[in-house]
Amino acid sequence: MASLSERARAAVADDQLQEALGSLTGVLRRLTRAATDDPRVAERRERAAAVRRETLADLPGWLDRLERTLRAQGTTVHRAGTADDVRKIVLGIAQAEGVELVVKGKSMATEEVHLNPALEAAGIEVVETDLGEYIVQLAGETPSHIVGPALHKRLPEITALFSRVVGRDLPEDAEVLCAVARQVLREKFFSAGMGITGANFVAADTGTVVLVTNEGNGRMCSTLPRIHVVVMPVEKVIPRLADIADLVPVLTRWATGQALTTYVTMITGPRGHGDVDGPEQLHVVFLDGGRLRLTGTAYADMLACIRCGACLNVCPVYRKIGGHAYDAVYSGPMGAVLTPLLSGGREGRDLPGASSLCGACTDACPVHIPLADHLVRLRADLRPRRRRVVWGAWARLWARPRGYRGSTRWAGRLARLFARHRASAATPGADGWAASVPGAGGWAGARDVPLPAQEAFRDWWVRRGGAP
Amino acid sequence: MNAVALFTTCLVDTLSPGVGRATVRILEAAGFGVDVPAAQSCCGQPAVNSGEPRAAAVLARHFVEVFEPYEAVVAPSGSCVAMVHHWYGQILEGTWRDRAAAVATRTHEVAGFLVERAGVSDVGARLATTVTVHDACHGLRLLGVKSAPRRLLEAAGATVVEMAEPEVCCGFGGTFAAAHGEISAPLADDKLAQAGVTGADWLVAGDTGCLLHLEGRRRRSGVGPPAVHFVELLATGLPGSGPEPGPGPGAG
Repeated sequence: MASLSERARAAVADDQLQEALGSLTGVLRRLTRAATDDPRVAERRERAAAVRRETLADLPGWLDRLERTLRAQGTTVHRAGTADDVRKIVLGIAQAEGVELVVKGKSMATEEVHLNPALEAAGIEVVETDLGEYIVQLAGETPSHIVGPALHKRLPEITALFSRVVGRDLPEDAEVLCAVARQVLREKFFSAGMGITGANFVAADTGTVVLVTNEGNGRMCSTLPRIHVVVMPVEKVIPRLADIADLVPVLTRWATGQALTTYVTMITGPRGHGDVDGPEQLHVVFLDGGRLRLTGTAYADMLACIRCGACLNVCPVYRKIGGHAYDAVYSGPMGAVLTPLLSGGREGRDLPGASSLCGACTDACPVHIPLADHLVRLRADLRPRRRRVVWGAWARLWARPRGYRGSTRWAGRLARLFARHRASAATPGADGWAASVPGAGGWAGARDVPLPAQEAFRDWWVRRGGAP
Repeated sequence: MNAVALFTTCLVDTLSPGVGRATVRILEAAGFGVDVPAAQSCCGQPAVNSGEPRAAAVLARHFVEVFEPYEAVVAPSGSCVAMVHHWYGQILEGTWRDRAAAVATRTHEVAGFLVERAGVSDVGARLATTVTVHDACHGLRLLGVKSAPRRLLEAAGATVVEMAEPEVCCGFGGTFAAAHGEISAPLADDKLAQAGVTGADWLVAGDTGCLLHLEGRRRRSGVGPPAVHFVELLATGLPGSGPEPGPGPGAG
């Protein structure tokens, strides 16, 4: 497995990817900037942030309440501690009911638990019905952005994929390709025995599952098949259905710049007496997956995340390397925080270090998660122990005036003495720069190295008559 | 005469002393007396960002002790000042935290101090040049430094031309620059290219880390205008100044 640096280098060298990242994150930034600067949403944003924290203050309590509400409506509730539990539960339902074809709405939770391979291994056909997810599935890839899964794909690649599906050459025309997808997917919706979706929010008071989509595929997945399974990470619970008046517009404005998406689907219970549509069976799977243990820690507010993707769009690192270079289900700043947290430090240990800590993510987050601070905290919590001694010694040395002066003087002398200069330099080092200095390592790989000055500022200050 | 304590920062002290000298001259031109507390060293930010908050706390306590006696502390770095404002409260405990909070209210980034606190935009410098301003991240996002450097430059007669994305990170990020050069350098390239398109003579910013990263990259790639601290450029326009600043650290 290539290292993070190797993956990043490959991403930077990929012209197609760079073009896609530049144009699409740019479009998303422009759209969302106008929509989120709107003064009318400022209050909604604060209320949304507050209601997410209200939920997190007693997450187990809200889940219990939700479970009671759901059961009373005839919905089957499953509690899954791990990804493996989710796979077993969903596969169990599918096999018991003889399901051969599953249609899926866009769901990062099912990506997180790697549900598709588990179902496919049991001989069940799984079709992604969100256009971006469908493209990614056809390409045999994974989503590179939590809102735009195929953000890394350009039109020619997509045309080639769809041409393969229909067995003829299609024109590079988004309208034509969408029409093809609609035709192919519609047949799948009608013949599927099970629909699987995620959930954007699930209200504890009414048991309503809220799906926010633009393509309407979520509604097809949740109404046409006989069985609907919702895979719901535990933090998706909200206290009251009325809270979506704030949460949904905040999600849509920060995700895509829309005041509201084309579809907001609300599902309350399975098909009841007299209902004209809806699934016969509704299953809701609560996924813990390392979340509940975060409550009460310094990282608890990470569970307030509503998956809008705003932090990805503004992140200079994400914009440069794209989602796949993170080699994790969730990418960008939220992914760099969430991946090590959910895995208990087993995965994504190198991700918090791959940030310039510019803080654009923290500013972009609609629910005020201090993402940059969490990246810094994770560096502390994931750091190798042996380094602590070195840093401690450095700090104690520099907390003493003589230690600071002496060490910087000696380091300066050594750097100037051992600096390497380009052969073309007329007077090596006269301009204060070198091609390389021992110990400059990764710095010198990309940039010239500034040489410590002959006369430090403080020496100048003393020469000028200031106190030594 | 009002007196301020100059927190030089370790990068300026050792690598870009010209920025320190220029800060002294600008503050004096604006009517302030300057003191440089001799015991100062580093704010501790490299340790925090490297995941070593306990080591950083040692230097944070040292900073508080050194600068506590002063009415106002000024630094030519948004990032180091943001360290005091944003992180000291999180890495210190008990009375140290309270003392740090008190010092933080008196610790200012130089442009913000002059323009917003002292009400001085025109420091008496005169510049006939065109500049583009990079809004270094921590000054911008944690301290709200945005218009102050522009107002200082414009009051001196410089023409400020905006690049396409002045608020996007230049890719420095402390240890990130060395650990992830493969991401950091292309970000510098974007910044330098945008600055180049403006036709500006100088790319200015308020943080030495960002500037050394940008200038070091420019010297490698040959793209973009020289990157200098805005105080250094301003100081060249003060009465009785020598030639324009050599970009970057200078020979000392």
